[in-house]
Amino acid sequence: MIRFEPREHVSPLRRIAAPVIAAVAALAVASLAIAAAGAPVLEAYGLMAKGAFGSAFAMSELLARATPLIFTGLAAAVAFRAKLWNIGGEGQLYAGALAAVAVGTGALALPGPLLIPTVILAGALAGGLLMLIPALLKVRLGADEVVTTLLLNFVVILFVQMMLEGPMKDPMGMGWPQSEPMLDEAMLPKLMDRMRVHAGLILALVAALGVHIVLKRTVWGFETRAVGENPEAARHAGIPVTATFLRVALLSGGLAGLAGVGEVAGLKGYLTADLSPGFGYAGIVVAMLAGLSPVGVVVAALFIAGIFVGADSMSRAIGVSNYLADLVVATSLICVLVSGLFVRFKVRFVRVGTGKGAA
Amino acid sequence: MTVPVEAPPVALSLSGITKRFGALTANEAVDLDLHRGEIVALLGENGAGKTTLMNILFGHYVADEGNVRVAQADGTLVPLEPGSPHAALEAGIGMVHQHFTLAENLTVLENIMLGTAALFSTGGGARAAREKLDDLMRRSGLVVDLDARISRLSVGEKQRVEILKALYRDARVLVLDEPTAVLTPQESDTLFETLKALAAQGLAIVFISHKLAEVLAASDRIAVLRLGRKVADLPSVDCDRQKLAELMVGHEVTMSRREPQASGEVLLSLSAVTCGEGRDTVSDIGFDLHAGEILGIAGVSGNGQAMLARLLSGLEQQTSGDIRLAGREIRAHDAADMIRAGVARIPEDRHRDGVVGAMSVAENLVIEEIRSPRYQRFGFLDFRAIAARAVEAIAGYDIRCPGGDAVARLLSGGNIQKIVLARTLDAEPSVVLAAQPSRGLDIGATGDVHRRLLEARGRGAGVILISEDLDELFALSDRIAVIHRGRLSPPRPAEDLNRAAVGLMMAGQHTEDAAA
Repeated sequence: MIRFEPREHVSPLRRIAAPVIAAVAALAVASLAIAAAGAPVLEAYGLMAKGAFGSAFAMSELLARATPLIFTGLAAAVAFRAKLWNIGGEGQLYAGALAAVAVGTGALALPGPLLIPTVILAGALAGGLLMLIPALLKVRLGADEVVTTLLLNFVVILFVQMMLEGPMKDPMGMGWPQSEPMLDEAMLPKLMDRMRVHAGLILALVAALGVHIVLKRTVWGFETRAVGENPEAARHAGIPVTATFLRVALLSGGLAGLAGVGEVAGLKGYLTADLSPGFGYAGIVVAMLAGLSPVGVVVAALFIAGIFVGADSMSRAIGVSNYLADLVVATSLICVLVSGLFVRFKVRFVRVGTGKGAA
Repeated sequence: MTVPVEAPPVALSLSGITKRFGALTANEAVDLDLHRGEIVALLGENGAGKTTLMNILFGHYVADEGNVRVAQADGTLVPLEPGSPHAALEAGIGMVHQHFTLAENLTVLENIMLGTAALFSTGGGARAAREKLDDLMRRSGLVVDLDARISRLSVGEKQRVEILKALYRDARVLVLDEPTAVLTPQESDTLFETLKALAAQGLAIVFISHKLAEVLAASDRIAVLRLGRKVADLPSVDCDRQKLAELMVGHEVTMSRREPQASGEVLLSLSAVTCGEGRDTVSDIGFDLHAGEILGIAGVSGNGQAMLARLLSGLEQQTSGDIRLAGREIRAHDAADMIRAGVARIPEDRHRDGVVGAMSVAENLVIEEIRSPRYQRFGFLDFRAIAARAVEAIAGYDIRCPGGDAVARLLSGGNIQKIVLARTLDAEPSVVLAAQPSRGLDIGATGDVHRRLLEARGRGAGVILISEDLDELFALSDRIAVIHRGRLSPPRPAEDLNRAAVGLMMAGQHTEDAAA
């Protein structure tokens, strides 16, 4: 029989080692798939590493890919801290992108230095307000936010498709369902010449630092942690539990909205319905790998981005499908959840019932 | 083993039982013999290892060392298979848990037969069972309606069903874990009468308790556990309260005393207040709380006192009626309003409502005032002020913990309660609501709680003490009211009441006759 005994103290080392081991375990599991595809495992991982870190171009791709993941990872981490299960990062990302494009394609005649902050603010606001809907349904009617946020993703993506086929369709787009391009003054500057990494990365890092400070050092963060850890005690102690949930929802949705802003205003310049390859969902994995720590989110986002970028490059070189990246990401979520069990509990194997029968 | 000729034969023998949970030693080399026809009280504070020991006996846990032997029908002792409740049942050990293990939607008869009847039995089994139970009820005096659904029975009746269930399985040893925790004083007396009758018929009985009065009254022998060790095993006639208390705690005990004191103006006044629906309600209750008095509210758990506490804590609002605090009407209030109005609230379930277990001791000490300028500036936490407050409260209230940064969950119940006391009482509240403040605490921590409540009273605060423990109520209260099915009797001076009268009122007897 296996028994789980809770640990009284969890050492910081164990806390940090757990996600690292989980990531390695995920790569080990994925190597079975590589071997099954008939490719040499070590060479494949070597190519992945090279594709993710091997050159300035690779690094730029890595950072560009990590940018939205930092935002969606922060969105999930903030919400999960309050035990508000926001699975709607994907929808909020699209809402943010839609708002950024709506503002950034010339609807507002503002000079550049004012236009960019407006675009950013509009995207954040759109994501935040979208998340407010399920949060209100939760606090007013008790509707499970896992269901409502998840389903809202589909509503939002269909709405975006409708807009791209209709009012926002680019007349010069050769019939493709895409928005008009954003004004050059509305675009986030590139960080390096002829590379894709853009100022959204800076914004993401500032956001991570900001969230860290809010959670650790402010009354809001204190209240968020209290509500997340024990809502009954928080309410008894006079903490406004409903207001805290709504605040967290606004912040979480806003962060996911910024991921959408970065993708349209930093990279593509226009909106399509396939803007995100699931950044919203991958953000959940990022947050879990990070143990819901905002600083950890940055590290975890780099890892997940590395897997995606590396797998693309590897698949071009030796022909293993880049679905491998999804496999690694999904497996690492499972591994990190299992590792959480080992962090919190001691596992003991005990023999039971070996005594002599009571004859 | 040689048994003295005059002593009745041993029914059960525990020897050298040791059980560790990680670093904690719950039982250490405990020996206990139980004879036929004897009632033994297992006395000890919370965490002394009483329940662990009985769980080993019943096979829920496996002891690390030592063994359990049970007498066969012919009197020979054979080892009991460890870790098997089934073997314990087979060997004639019956256990009545503190939380009953009955299926609410089945009848008494069905519950008793559950687990003993064959899967596809015919009606014959039920008829035989009924006959056997009728006989058992006649001999034991434990009478219940076999066809009643469990959900319709009172707590006392449910406990009778549990005992009958054990007897039906031919128990020769009966173990009861805190059997009086949910009973009125009268129900407790009836229970002990029954247990004495059963012992006289040869049953060996162990009951776990931390209440000195009932242990002295009801047992033949008292075994005291302290920190996992058996520190005494004495005939009950050789014991008194003071001696037992000292054995339990390990040092001398001084009890707090209430000095007479004149009470002042009305601080809190309720009139015709109704709140809640379903089982846990208060309906049409009213009382005045004066400055400098402790108003005790007695009642068996589940009669509306939890709702009254939630109402006064700001977690519920009244549906009708008036609440006035220092003359000002209170309506649509929340917890923050009550804190601001100077109401200190000590919640009944301190782990659920009292502290955020995952946060630190320091954070839990300031959580009610986190928005006050004392602990924040422009929304940023003042860590220095928070740490200073923690140092002050840890020293002032003797909170045993590694420091302000320690996670609150790791503290003992008594120290968690001290966090709550420090947080609420240091703000010099005008009204104190203490709901079951000493439940589950050891004697030392209980003494601290009582001292703090009396201090608040001495300072001129009005204290509402909700408790099920009559000893506590009589020791502290100036006036006592009884809550039964959501209705509150008019408070009477404690001097005009006695335990029997309050006990009858707790059971729903009309207040006028009871107080006579």
